[in-house]
Amino acid sequence: MPGQVAIREVSKNYGAFVALDDVSFDIEPGEFITLLGPSGSGKTTLLNVLAGFTRPNSGSVQLDGKEFLTLPPHRRDVGMVFQSYALFPHMTVMENVAYPLKLRKIGKSERERRATEALSTVQMDHLADRAIQSLSGGQRQRVALARAMVFEPRMMLMDEPLSALDKNLREHMQIELKRLHGMLGTTTVYVTHDQREALTMSDRIAVINNGKLMQLDTPSQLYDFPANRFVAEFMGESSFLPVKVSDGTARLFGNPIVTREPWSGDHDAWLLIRPEKLAWNAPQQGAANRIQGTTREVIYQGDSYLLDIALPEGHSVEVRCNPHTAGIEMPEPGETVSFWIKQSSTILVEDAGQ
Amino acid sequence: MLSEPVTRTQITRGQRLWLYIVVGLVMIFLVVPCLLVVPMSFSAGEYLEFPPKELSLRWYRAFLGSQEWLNALWVSVRVAVPTMIIATIVGTAAAWGLHRRTDIFATGVRGIFILPMLVPLILIAVGVFFVYAKVGLNGTIGGLILAHTMLALPFVLIAVGNGLASFDMALHEASRSLGATELRAFLSVTLPQIRISVMSGAVFAFVTSFDEVVVALFVSSGENETLTRRMFANIRDQVDPTVAAISSLLVGMVIVGMIVFLFVGRDETQEH
Amino acid sequence: MTDFAMSSSGSPGTLNAGILRRREVLERFSATALTFPGLILILLVLLVPVLWLFWLSAFDGAGDLSWANYERMGKSIYVRTFTTTFRIAIIVTVCCAFLGYPVAYLMSQSGRRLSLVILLSVLLPFWTSVLVRTYAWLVLLQRTGLINGWLQDLGLIDTPLALVHNELGTIIGMIHVMLPFMILPLYASMKAVDPSLMLAASNCGATPAQAFRQVFFPQTITGLSSGAGLIFVLCLGFFVTPVLLGGGRTYMWAMQIADNISLYGNWGAASALGVVLVVATALVLLAVQFVLRRAGGTK
Repeated sequence: MPGQVAIREVSKNYGAFVALDDVSFDIEPGEFITLLGPSGSGKTTLLNVLAGFTRPNSGSVQLDGKEFLTLPPHRRDVGMVFQSYALFPHMTVMENVAYPLKLRKIGKSERERRATEALSTVQMDHLADRAIQSLSGGQRQRVALARAMVFEPRMMLMDEPLSALDKNLREHMQIELKRLHGMLGTTTVYVTHDQREALTMSDRIAVINNGKLMQLDTPSQLYDFPANRFVAEFMGESSFLPVKVSDGTARLFGNPIVTREPWSGDHDAWLLIRPEKLAWNAPQQGAANRIQGTTREVIYQGDSYLLDIALPEGHSVEVRCNPHTAGIEMPEPGETVSFWIKQSSTILVEDAGQ
Repeated sequence: MLSEPVTRTQITRGQRLWLYIVVGLVMIFLVVPCLLVVPMSFSAGEYLEFPPKELSLRWYRAFLGSQEWLNALWVSVRVAVPTMIIATIVGTAAAWGLHRRTDIFATGVRGIFILPMLVPLILIAVGVFFVYAKVGLNGTIGGLILAHTMLALPFVLIAVGNGLASFDMALHEASRSLGATELRAFLSVTLPQIRISVMSGAVFAFVTSFDEVVVALFVSSGENETLTRRMFANIRDQVDPTVAAISSLLVGMVIVGMIVFLFVGRDETQEH
Repeated sequence: MTDFAMSSSGSPGTLNAGILRRREVLERFSATALTFPGLILILLVLLVPVLWLFWLSAFDGAGDLSWANYERMGKSIYVRTFTTTFRIAIIVTVCCAFLGYPVAYLMSQSGRRLSLVILLSVLLPFWTSVLVRTYAWLVLLQRTGLINGWLQDLGLIDTPLALVHNELGTIIGMIHVMLPFMILPLYASMKAVDPSLMLAASNCGATPAQAFRQVFFPQTITGLSSGAGLIFVLCLGFFVTPVLLGGGRTYMWAMQIADNISLYGNWGAASALGVVLVVATALVLLAVQFVLRRAGGTK
């Protein structure tokens, strides 16, 4: 199957600003890869490098073993879906979708047949003669998809394509996109800053920050085995407590904690606190991995409560707690609370290396 | 308009009345001289009168019956149309080039392109006259077209530049990624999107050339005398009501042009 | 592909660097090249002629290098032309500011329909040929013209007033030509003022007059100064209207340049006048730039 991409040592800087710093990774044929990161992290720059709109200072991208980076955008055969959809306002739906075929000098009847086929894949064939202005956001999104896939590109690129849609439609389109990808099997690189969207859709996620690739892994690996504090912070709701590791023992506020993996050496690290991994009612565990603090505030948030807990040494942590699943009464402000972290859930991370 | 809150403009009713009167008077000052020549051009008498005692087409006949006037008009058209075409193409190309390059160099080049608007016209006229005398371009249509195209460039550059500033470059990039070469993408996607700006640049170029007096005064002569040069000489030396007829035709052109643009502009806003 | 093979053995950060750099330069050059036809035209038909005049201004009648053309400017006839030109330019600019400000203000603050009507009344003269408008003023203002006729019919005057073929007529005609150049940039800068700022000012306790003076007006200085700068510069070099409405008595700079050529054939003198005109224009534009930058800085 074609669509194997090898990205090697890609670097791009604008003056002193480093947008991409020596990025290398491989994309398997047919894979759905998401570039995830905060705004300004370089994820869009990398996508634009793949599309040919941004020229890196150095590096190589090979598609099926052939150098790709030196090709101009129009000879790359990649289908791109833009954040703003970038549908041509002076053309109808049909003309938009037929445009790439026209550029490939495909005859009129064949052109219309394939465009109609692409439109019916996204359930838009009944609106083929409409003007772009008369379409809703979701409909434009579908037309943009049809246009990007109608010429059977070797790779699909998507730049936050769902960010302009409202929440319900966005979730619906996520599932739709996943279905389409399963059907077409085209290698897809997807850019988003929404970690939930990334978790929903991707085969693998590349977390990018400050132009560097932080971690490339499957969603569950990223969530359970984050490579550093940045990745842990970006994936799901999380708080961090400082941990000192010395002689293979990790200590939180001076108390040893039992960790999932053995640690060695002497260094500082962070204990990742994820609300759904905490045990609120496990006195049988005793002092092992117990964290005690004083409740400062209890904030009602509908399906759960947010607890602001003061911890020793001037630290504090905000954790979400559902009284039903936790099996406890909500504490009053000023009350002392205890919670435990199971050994299998103790995730220690370090700061992202510079 | 009544629904507009007074606080938004911070003007009380008394002050508003005063403002309306002042603005009304300035509007009369601006518009009346442009329109007044129209009724006067229909007077039958030897001199211009308002209101005309008797209506006639006498001065229009004088204009259309005069070989010299018609020739001057024809020269102006033969200069203004090529000026419009060349200035629009050259200016649009430059605007696109500068839009794609945003650095110190582009700022400098933009400054050079604005020069024809800033250097006093009289100096350009004298200088061009001097240089054309050396190369034998004085009194030629070609020489006038060159000079007028240069004068029109900043207007095209600014008009097209404004259009490009509000153009979504993602459309151009989309076209490129779908398989279009740079030129094809510009012609099939970018140009249709900025067509209103290009058209207004073209109108500016045409009017710049058609109405230009000072350079034409020095550079055009004899056979190739422009309409404006002949009108200028006519107004300076004798007040001949034929000029009123021509002026009315020119004002009529402006009004028709404004109405057309009003409708084109409205279609455009409805489209988006 | 060969490039990949060649450079893959190099250290990190050099992979394909050469070919990518060359592509970058090529792409930049092709964007730059699009401006070449226009640049060549401006070079040949504007820069060469004007710089040639600069060169000519440094030679006297006998063809020797000298300051003669510039020394001559101390003569009273030249001094009179300079003062006339500057006086007219200042009067026209100030009048345009005072007449244009209320028009732009009402246009920016009123509803769609009224502002369109005002805009059209500004655009009609803007698009109408200067010659046509000057001609219209000549007809309106002359001794047997409309205005004198009406004033006499109303019994306000006995003998016709001298409204044209003098400085007054020149100034009226020039204001009419220049006014749109004041109103349009003013309108643009007023349209850009956030209306909620005025509400905020009154919420802070400013009277309408204070809010206008302290909040609205400072934000329109950019439009005011670019309009005024443009008008002043255009006035300094203006030719058509003073010739036709000044009746030979109002002698402005551009007329002196033209006469030096067409009447006396004195290229050196005309060129020197041109150089001084360009320098004066540049100074005015620099002053406007300075004001704009300061106004921009305080925002």
